[in-house]
Amino acid sequence: MKPVATFSEWRIEARRLLESGAPPESVFWEDGTTGQCELFNETTSPALPEISEAEGGSIFKVPKAFFDLAEVISCHRDARRWGLLYRILWRIARGGERHLLARSSDDDILMARSFSKEIGRDLHKMRAFVRFRKVGVCESSGREQFVAWFEPMHRIIRLNAPFFRKRFTGMDWSILTPDDSVHWDGQKLRFTDGVPKSSAPDADSLEELWKSYYRSIFNPARLKLKAMQAEMPVKYWKNLPEAELIHGLTRDASRREHEMIERRPLKPRSRPKNAYLDQILRESGE
Amino acid sequence: MDRQRKLEILADAAKYDASCASSGSKRRDSIGGKGIGSAGGAGICHSYAPDGRCISLLKILLTNVCLYDCHYCINRRSSDVRRARFSVEEAVALTLDFYKRNYIEGLFLSSGIVRSADYTMEQVVAVARTLREEHDFRGYIHLKTIPEASQELIEEAGKYADRISINVELPEQKSLDQLAPEKNLKRTQEAMGGIRERIVEGRAERRDRSQRNRPARRTPKIYANGQSTQMIIGADCSDDDTILRRADTLYSGYDLRRVYYSAFSPIPASSSVLPVKAPPLVREHRLYQADWLLRFYGFGVGELTPRQGEMAGKLELELDPKLAWALRHRDQFPVDLNRASREQLLRVPGLGVRTVDRLLGIRRFGRVRLDDLAKLRTSVKKCLPFIITADHHPARLGLDSDRLRQRFLPPPQQLEFDFSEATPVRTAAAQEVRHAAASALTGQV
Repeated sequence: MKPVATFSEWRIEARRLLESGAPPESVFWEDGTTGQCELFNETTSPALPEISEAEGGSIFKVPKAFFDLAEVISCHRDARRWGLLYRILWRIARGGERHLLARSSDDDILMARSFSKEIGRDLHKMRAFVRFRKVGVCESSGREQFVAWFEPMHRIIRLNAPFFRKRFTGMDWSILTPDDSVHWDGQKLRFTDGVPKSSAPDADSLEELWKSYYRSIFNPARLKLKAMQAEMPVKYWKNLPEAELIHGLTRDASRREHEMIERRPLKPRSRPKNAYLDQILRESGE
Repeated sequence: MDRQRKLEILADAAKYDASCASSGSKRRDSIGGKGIGSAGGAGICHSYAPDGRCISLLKILLTNVCLYDCHYCINRRSSDVRRARFSVEEAVALTLDFYKRNYIEGLFLSSGIVRSADYTMEQVVAVARTLREEHDFRGYIHLKTIPEASQELIEEAGKYADRISINVELPEQKSLDQLAPEKNLKRTQEAMGGIRERIVEGRAERRDRSQRNRPARRTPKIYANGQSTQMIIGADCSDDDTILRRADTLYSGYDLRRVYYSAFSPIPASSSVLPVKAPPLVREHRLYQADWLLRFYGFGVGELTPRQGEMAGKLELELDPKLAWALRHRDQFPVDLNRASREQLLRVPGLGVRTVDRLLGIRRFGRVRLDDLAKLRTSVKKCLPFIITADHHPARLGLDSDRLRQRFLPPPQQLEFDFSEATPVRTAAAQEVRHAAASALTGQV
């Protein structure tokens, strides 16, 4: 069997194997991922699969939820995903376990759920931590142009591109990653190969302002570094302009808190002359 | 004063507001528009400050000049902080500049009160109006409303903002009289009632469209979709029961999405009227947990704290409120995980909503065993004395034993409270997983 790289390839193979009655333990899946994650191309929708209406009279009933899950999991970098998906498919279609997906403590389901959770987290973190840098304004359209560099854990660019298209419709942008890149020009999304980090711009004049904001919104009286790192793991810091401030802010926090506590409290100042204040205090008194 | 200096002052002035939510809006995006922005679905935290709080919105004051003298507030008129003011155009440009770089989900705008409530509110609303109407901005907007402002202005705020909030600050009028003399609880609740009507109106409009099979507008007529509020913890002597009762009133009577609890913490220009000592941060965390129990676990407000004794009206700091409740109500346990109703399961210490629903799923196909719980990453150690499974009956563990409580208390040297108030449930769950990992399952079973 040739290596499988994409969801649609896996699907074709899986269907063939299922029909020929090949049990999961007899199949060896080789991961052929080369850097492209071909998702959501025309062949995958509509989602309800050919498998449920297999030719030759054999009908395998597989819930749509399985294929939704499988589509997501196929973005994972773990080479075991193809075998795992086939094993679950087999158990549902031929093993008499139609409701397997509901068995939350089954080992295969646990693994599948953990893969899908990792993808979900990766999608979410990409939406959070991509940082666009302005590179100019398009002369012909007058649209502002932005470029971001990002390093996702899994091959999620195609899965995530629609989100950025819907959010940043009114500007031109590219997101570059080591595996592949995506571009938006107001008309359609375009996918190209991955590039090295040096291809991305290394600064934006707004970043000083953003760092000022980060510095000011931090409350030194409530330092909770671990809580912060749980949500913003160190591995992302290298592409976040504000991350270089963390060390200094942390170091000075207790001194700043101490200074606040040491300062002599201020006495209340008497009420200024103001018609509005007079009015609301009168109303409250009534 | 340049833009950077103003931003420093006006962000510093805004950071004591705990709310950072950017979720819960009707899904919308910028397709077909002339600008940018999307909202709906899960909120996104674009960064985290070293205080563990998420940075989701550009949280600023339009000005930190204020007529009021609320003693817990850094911007009160008696404070000696530097004052600054953004123009409407400056606040709009900053929001768009940050949004285009994917730093934020949108804007959380508040303001000190200058001249009058209406004058201030007009400025705040103008920022939102400009973003929506001139720039076709479809990201998230949260406006802090002044309860004394006219109903028309509050309604206009609701037209442009996804979230509107008024902070009640303190749970009872007598506390306000002492610490925030210009604030009035009755007036605040009346304004919340007005906001609620606006939100209901917006929902009806959206429902009406969907009933007539018309697609939802990409730019709604009324954005308002929820309101929230904040209470300061530990600046007055209100106990947890008083705070939770106020929260409960607001959730049920005013349809609030969230009540935020913000432990009073030292500020650079503190008032002589306030207590010097800040409350333990863990109290804030326990209130969030109790708040969750009210909203998602079917607990009533009177159940969460003891009625009498030295702990009357108070949440325990050492134990989470559900566990503390279970220890006070041992007669209701053990609960058989294979037979109990969803409502009963939700009251078992260590079982979250998600776990309960998964257990119900597992039950359809077989008997729940301890192994299932471990695989669902439940804190087996925590629930063990309270449950019956196919392979476990807690008789020998002594639900009646005096030592049961001792088992759950953390050893004193490990008392480390490291919680993020923004995501209390998840942090608590992580904590529980660690406990479970530390406990040797065998030997207890």
